[in-house]
Formats: sequence, structure tokens, C-alpha cells
Amino acid sequence: MYAYIARRLLATLPVMAVVGIAVFLLLHLTPGDPAVVIAGDYARPEDIEKIRENLGLNEPLHIQFFSWVGALLSGDLGTSIFSNLPVAKLIGQRLEPTLALAIATIIFAILVAVPMGVIAAWRAGTMTDRVIMVFAVLGFSVPVFVIGYAMMWLFSITLGWFPVQGYKPIGEGFWPFLRSITLPTVALGIIYVALIARITRASMLEVLTEDYMRTARAKGLDNNALLIRHALRNASVPIVTIIGIGIALLIGGVVVTESVFNIPGLGRLTIDAVLRRDYPIIQGVILIFSGAYVIVNLIIDLSYTILDPRIRY
Amino acid sequence: MSCFWTTTRRTALAALAAAPMALGLGTGPASAESVLRIVPHADLKNLDPIWTTAYITRNHGYMVYDTLFAQDDKLNIHPQMVGEHSVSDDGLVYTFTLRDGLKWHDGDPVKAEDCVASIKRWGQKDGMGQKLMDFTKELNAVDDKTFTLTLNEPYGLVLDSIGKISSNTPFMMKKEHAETDPNQQVPEVVGSGPFRFVKEEWVPGAKVVYVKNEDYVPRSEPASGAAGGKVVNFDRVEWIYIPDPATAMNALINGEVDLWETPAVDMVPLLEQDENVELAVIDPLGTQGWLRPNHLHPPFDNPKARQALLYAVNQAVYLQAIVGDPKLYKECAAYFICGTPNESDVGVEALQSHDPEMAKQLLAEAGYKGEKIILMQSTDIPVLNNAALVTAQVLRDIGMDVEVQAMDWSTLTSRRAEKKSPADGGWNIFHTYATGADATSPIANIGVSGGGVERAWFGWPTDAETEELRDMFAREADPMKKKAIIDKLQGRLFGHLVPYVNYGQWFQPVAWRKGLKGVLVSPVPFFWNISKDAG
Repeated sequence: MYAYIARRLLATLPVMAVVGIAVFLLLHLTPGDPAVVIAGDYARPEDIEKIRENLGLNEPLHIQFFSWVGALLSGDLGTSIFSNLPVAKLIGQRLEPTLALAIATIIFAILVAVPMGVIAAWRAGTMTDRVIMVFAVLGFSVPVFVIGYAMMWLFSITLGWFPVQGYKPIGEGFWPFLRSITLPTVALGIIYVALIARITRASMLEVLTEDYMRTARAKGLDNNALLIRHALRNASVPIVTIIGIGIALLIGGVVVTESVFNIPGLGRLTIDAVLRRDYPIIQGVILIFSGAYVIVNLIIDLSYTILDPRIRY
Repeated sequence: MSCFWTTTRRTALAALAAAPMALGLGTGPASAESVLRIVPHADLKNLDPIWTTAYITRNHGYMVYDTLFAQDDKLNIHPQMVGEHSVSDDGLVYTFTLRDGLKWHDGDPVKAEDCVASIKRWGQKDGMGQKLMDFTKELNAVDDKTFTLTLNEPYGLVLDSIGKISSNTPFMMKKEHAETDPNQQVPEVVGSGPFRFVKEEWVPGAKVVYVKNEDYVPRSEPASGAAGGKVVNFDRVEWIYIPDPATAMNALINGEVDLWETPAVDMVPLLEQDENVELAVIDPLGTQGWLRPNHLHPPFDNPKARQALLYAVNQAVYLQAIVGDPKLYKECAAYFICGTPNESDVGVEALQSHDPEMAKQLLAEAGYKGEKIILMQSTDIPVLNNAALVTAQVLRDIGMDVEVQAMDWSTLTSRRAEKKSPADGGWNIFHTYATGADATSPIANIGVSGGGVERAWFGWPTDAETEELRDMFAREADPMKKKAIIDKLQGRLFGHLVPYVNYGQWFQPVAWRKGLKGVLVSPVPFFWNISKDAG
């Protein structure tokens, strides 16, 4: 097991290297010049050229690449071309809001979706099942920004319960934090609720028709023990897989939610950097995202061994 | 049983109603610190207003730095950091004396040598600054409070240059910072302006914080534009960057911010309906749209083809497409902005005639034979996106073969530097716009330069006569003679050069919560002089 974890962790290195090279090349071969953006619309060509020189953008591509990799190996993600601030600091400023939103969304989605899926499977074919599945289809179909604006109108502007926008760090108090994160969490979480609820229902339906479930029922087990201890446990591998995929998808999902609710997270940092061609930030954020993606996948794979003892690495 | 349920339900409802308060969801206690929260037009990404011409950095400059001279709401120049100034009888030596009480944010006094270094740095970077430096023989500090600027020959725009309101604004910096290469950012923000920048609380892409500079001594005159007394009525000003217009509007309606600098025009009707929000245009100069042809390559290397554009364009159509609300736009053909002393009506007939047949005839005379026109369309800036779509149709209507190439603004700004032929990766037309403050004079308005490949802006118009007229304007001090030069220059621009086609002038409203007082009329938003009604 430990050897497997070590192997998987080591395997992240070539993955990160490939991601790094691909991102670097893609960015530098894409049209667009940060020096032009810095200099402004009315700058003369010679001013733009001087800024390019000062930023080292006139160096041959391979020199720029090796200087970036050299800095990276010594733990330096570089410095933003625009703000002159270290990329690590900028990512650090934005990590908490994104992590908070992602974790809150996953917790919300699991707490709501798994019981919904179990109930839908248990009451398969009834009105309860249909209502839950209609909700799932709606949740899957309505874009995050529509849900976000609708909730903003109802809960912020009409009822005044939550702020329209912004993020309060948990260090400023739990309630202000909760208040700032509730609407974005629900808006972003609904699609994951729909996704996880559907998968939970499908997995549960499959398990509920197994022979051992009939045996358990014949033994006289109550519904709670039957559903949770026997059915849900055995249906959990696909559910955990979809949760893992959901976490990876969240990386893309937070971008819209962060924009709608004005949360200063990594998604917005990335979009701003892409529009301005702030190469060091884009490279740093993508490396962090790809590292997170690899680790999430590893955790999901390891969780299989706990949920299903037959799986061994 | 029913009694139990009734009681329980009542309790539950009461608990639900009280929940927001229990969770701290109600209005929090008022803070003793007075805070003005505004939504700026862009994110503050860099802090050096000489290094970049970005307007948001210029606005940051006005918060933390001060200027020697400043323009009032009628664009007249007044002393700001300068107490007294004089000009020698031959018009060659300008002497400036700083007023009392000027201090840097680190406590050091502002000295004349700081101002000399700041003007020199700005003079390397800014177009008007470079022109001033061309005429400058020497710039010297006489003592701690006095410095002189000596010219080679009389120059009519000395104070207009040092007092220019828009980018690059000549902000005064400490000598040690002003000696930084102008193509590198200054290492620290140490100004002498009415606010101090709180670097620890700066989150690029989200929030900028300024606190009142308690040491700042405002002038005694009332505030007007960038001039007059900069009296700060808040302990703290927060710029909260909200990129999504709908969210910014909701934040203003909900009272989470006090002022929104650039409400999207499609949000204006909703804001007008809100009784707690006021809307006003505070920049009377507005913005001017530019359709920029490439003068290096056919067909627009031919003056007749460029004039065909003047006859084809109908400003009303563009303004409807990009603004919509007639209250917020004006058809204005003048190159140097309607409503300014440099407004002229010489030569405007071509742009006002809306005559596609004449445009077709001029194109034929220019020898246009159906070559493909590469029109670069910036899809991420709605105004430019819509203007490009209108132009594509306008050109097709006069028989041109147009290929619209969609790209983001960053890509467009790189591509427009290409001088190659359109078939080899160059271009024929792109759109942009200039704020009125940057287009009011032949020197400030870089779009009208006819300096060709070497000196003109992208599109590279070339015309020695235009350049000669611009130089004459720069040298002339007499307002009447200046106006005569403007008329002649505009006649040349419409009659021959057509450096760009002005597709209209529009006005950006600003929205703020009722109770906010003292928002200044100016092309640049200022946050001194503003106060908030109690409660």
C-alpha cells in the first residue's frame, strides 16, 4: 500500500512536467503581449519594446523556459508581470476563498445528494422518486449564474439575509464567513447535488436487487440498517468516484461562481491573468490545479480500499 | 395533539424569523471608522502611473500622489502643489515655488529636487511630456522649494503639459523613486497626496484600500475637477473590484457599496428605478470612438478610400448599437471633442452626410478592386465588438469584401503592431476609443499624429502638413491663433489624412447611493470632497 502511494506520488512528477511544458508553450505561442497591456492603449511602439526588454520577454523561448523551470525547482513560482507581487503570495491570498467554497460545496452536495439518492432508490417509481429526479434534472440543467442571480434577488435584495457579494475570511469570525459563503455554496452545489443524487440512485437500485439484499430483508432487518449498512456501503464506490470527478469539475465551476458572487478566489485570478497574459500567474495556478487534481484522484483511489476490501493495491 | 402542533409550529416560525439575527445575518453595528466603498471601472493591477497609461493606475495616482498644476472642471489650469509661479518676459524661463506644508507619506518634506526628477521621468514617457522636453533646455532645483524650467524657444503648452489631467499624469514622486527607469515600476508607493495606500490590504483583482493622509494640507480654494482643495471626509476608501455588472448593480442597490464608477448601460434603466440610487454623468467630455484604418496598405493608403469611410459611417447607427440610450450619446464630428475650446466644425460635412453612393464613388476613384479587408474585432469589449459588427455591414454596403477576424483585446493589441500586409498577417481596420480628456488637443490626441511609421500611433498615418500644424499649435500661446490652427488642422484631417473616423461621442454615467454628496465633475473620478449623510 505504502509502495503504491509512493509510486503514485512519484508519478505526479512527470505529469506536472508535461503540464508545465504544455502550459508554457501554449501561453507563449498564443497571440497577445503583456507589454502592450502594461504600456496602455496610447503607448508608442518603442515604449512597448522597452517594457518587453525589461520583462525579459525578448529572450529566446528556451531561455525563458529554463529560467522559469530553474526558479520553480528552487520553489519560486515567479513574480506577476503586472503587480510585481510574488505569484506564491497572490495564490496564497486567493487559496482560502476557493478552498472554502469548494469544501463547503462538496459537503453541502454530499449531505443533500446522498440521502436524496437513497430515498429515490428506496421509493423508486413513486411520486417521491419522480420529484427528486425532476429536481435533479433541473439542477443539472439550470446554469450556476441563473441560480446565483435568482438567489441573490430573493435572499439578499428582497429578504436581506445575505450579502450580495464578497467573501469574509474565517479569521474574521465564523458567522460573517458563513454568511458570505452560503449563497455561493448553494448556487454552485445544486449541480453536484443533482449529479451525485442521480448516481447514488442508480447505484442503490442496482444493489437493492442483489440476492444478499433479499436475504437481509428476509432476516427482518429494518430499513435503516438495510439501506445504510448493506446497500449504501456496497453502492459507494461509484458514488465516491463521481464525488472525486465532481471535485475536479469544481475547479472549473468556481470560476463562474466566484465572478457572480465576487469572491476573490483562484478562478478569478486565473481569468484575469489569462486576459492580460500574465504568464507567471497562469503557469503557477495551472501547476497548483494539476497537482491538486492528481492528489484528489489518489485519495479517491485509496478510499476504494476502505469501501471495498476486495480492492487492494 | 393539535395544540402541540400549533405551539410547535409557532415556535418554529418564530425561530425561523429570528434565525437571521441569531446567525448574525442582520445589519451589523455601525463602525466608528467612516468608509467610502466604491466599485472602480477596472482592477488595479500595477501601482506606477508613469510606467503604465492604464486609467485605473492614473486614478490610483490621484489618490496617493499630488500634481504641480491641475485642471478644473472647465479644463483651466490652476496651481496645486505650486504656490507661486512666474514666466520671464521672453517666455523662456518658468519659475515654480512649492507651497508650504507639503510632506511625503513617510514624513519627509517635498523638495524642488523631487519635482525636477519627477518631471524628467514623466518627460521620458508621456507624449506631451516628450514634446515639452524637446523644447526644454534645462530643468533645475534652485533651492528646497524653488525650481526653474528653461526653454530653448517659446512653447505654448508648458502649463497644459505639467497640469494635464489624464494619462500619463505628471504625478510628483520622491527623488529616489523618480530616478527609476520609466520602463520599470517604482519600488514603493510614497506620495504626498490626500490618501495613503495600504499595501498590506491590497488584493489584486479584489480590493484596494486607502486611508486618509492626516498630514495633507489641502488648498484653500473649493475643489473643482482635479484642482482646488482636496478635502477628505472619510477615514478610509475601499475600491472593491466587481467584474460582473449585475453583481455590482445588486451590491449598490443593497447598500454594500456607495458608488459604482461605470454602470453598464443596459443596467441604467434598472438603476434609475431604484429610489436609493442616483445617476449622473460626471465626465462632460465623454468618450470618442475611433475607427482606425491602416494607412500603410491598400486600399486605405489612398486618401480617397479613407474619405469613403467618412461618407459611409453614420454615427447614429454606431451609437445606437453601442450605447442605445440617446441621453447618453451625442453625434459629434469634431476631432477634438465637442464642448471644448478646440471643437471645430471645419470639414465635418463628409462625416455628417451619410452618403453611401459617394463612398462607393470615392472607393472606385481610389482604385479599390474588391481586395479583402481584414477587420479585427475585439469580442471581449462590448463597445468595440458592436462597433466592429456595424463597420463590417457598413463596408459591405459600399461594396467592400470584409473578413471579420474575432479575437480578444490582448491579441488585437499585439496584432495591430504588425506592419505587414493584411494578406501576410497584418490588418486593415480596428476600433478603439479615447476618453475626451485624451483627445481634446492636437498634442494630447495621439490618434491625429501624422508622423508615419516612425512616430505615429498604430495605423501609421503620414502627413508632413499635419505634423507642421501640430507643431505650430504647440508653439502658439495666443488662444485665438490656436483656434485658427485647430480649424486649419481639422480641415486637413477631414480633407486628406483621415487618421481615424470618429464614430461618435458617448457619456458614461456614474451611480451612487442617495446621501452621498460632493461627487466632483471631472473626466477622472476623485474621492476627496465627497461626504455621506449621517444615517
